[in-house]
Amino acid sequence: MSQGKTVVIDYQAGNLNSVCKALRAVGADVHVTDEPNALLDAARIVLPGVGHFASTGCLLTSGMGEALRKRVANGIPFLGICVGLQWLFAGSTEAPETPGLGVFPGMCERFPFSVKSPHVGWNSLETAKESRLLAGLEDSPYVYFTHSYRAPLIKDTTTVTNYGGEFSAVIEQDNWMAVQFHPEKSGIVGLKILENFLKVSAC
Amino acid sequence: MLTRRILACLDVSAGRVVKGVQFVDLIDAGDPAALAVRHAAGGADEIVFLDITATHEKRSLLLDAVRRAADRIFIPLTVGGGIRTLEDAMQVFDAGADKVSINSAALDRPELITEIGSRFGEQAVVVAIDGRRHSNSVESAEVYASGGRKPTGLSVLAWATEAEARGAGEILLTSMDSDGTRAGFDCELTAMVSSKVQIPVIASGGAGNVQHFAEVFSRGHADAALAASIFHFGVSDARTLKHALAALGLPMRLPC
Repeated sequence: MSQGKTVVIDYQAGNLNSVCKALRAVGADVHVTDEPNALLDAARIVLPGVGHFASTGCLLTSGMGEALRKRVANGIPFLGICVGLQWLFAGSTEAPETPGLGVFPGMCERFPFSVKSPHVGWNSLETAKESRLLAGLEDSPYVYFTHSYRAPLIKDTTTVTNYGGEFSAVIEQDNWMAVQFHPEKSGIVGLKILENFLKVSAC
Repeated sequence: MLTRRILACLDVSAGRVVKGVQFVDLIDAGDPAALAVRHAAGGADEIVFLDITATHEKRSLLLDAVRRAADRIFIPLTVGGGIRTLEDAMQVFDAGADKVSINSAALDRPELITEIGSRFGEQAVVVAIDGRRHSNSVESAEVYASGGRKPTGLSVLAWATEAEARGAGEILLTSMDSDGTRAGFDCELTAMVSSKVQIPVIASGGAGNVQHFAEVFSRGHADAALAASIFHFGVSDARTLKHALAALGLPMRLPC
């Protein structure tokens, strides 16, 4: 369906199986790598994540972060999933000593004690702004979340979810796109979101 | 709004579903992967495979079923039964499971919870607890190991709290008193555990009708409920169950 390689970054956090299978199911030519150089011939880049924020530390020390910044600045669409969204912020209170990439301002923080944590299960997406990733979906679709930390609302938040207050569920800023939930585990809705990502034209 | 979840559970033995829904139009109604696909299409929020007679010789049959299911379903898949070590868990994750459910092995060696959690994330570790009351009081509920055959001397509440402290992502709580009765979940036991831990609690055992699910969500404060034999008795699929629960005011993932 889409032209070129979809490169999935492996940083040894959790398993990448589900993300790769779902991307392949919507037609992506998936390649998994932990090498910054492998981003050079990527047409799209995906950073999954199901682990601890500290596990993202190697992304900056290995040079992956810098390589990624260059590629995205040169027009390659990027999708961060879960911790892959949180990593785009300045950091997270989950691992204060581990800086994030800092594409977006602010820190990710734990859910308040008024709600159970982790936030596990299907919750709805509420549109804040027009979203390329959610194009063609009905209003307030349900997607599958599993996380204990959440990202603040920023000007590029296109979709919010409410759980102990509103947090960023989808962020889109030019070629930087990120989702807090797991599209690979969100049934038909999730596959549609991945398909939309494959169709996004670079800007 | 966060919905309550309905998990479709399939008991698997030697790679075959031994207690599950029979669909007349399925070519192989005993194939876990085929049934998982059917339940996902039928509106289940998650799929659970429980390998009830897990033996090392038959392990490859289960892994093959997990692999084939994971290729075709895009909702969370949990696999439990016979996971005794981090290596066992890795095999199951490699085959495509999103979470593992551990029970007796965690009782024998609670560090296993932390080991799997730090490698695959806490969200990937479900600690299954089989509990039985010794009196009317829920505090009397004791944890049983080895498929409910071996009393451990641990209280359900103490073990649930310890599992959480060691990094469990969810608790799957089965009431041995209710299991198989079709007379309803043990709502009091579920409520006690759910109110004392911060992690989600999945209720299991005793479902016989829609009302039982409504009660375990409202009175039992369950975050999710396991559905297995309910699909034999008048409720055709998860979607039907969820529509009925939504009509009672419970938040459900619909359409699904």
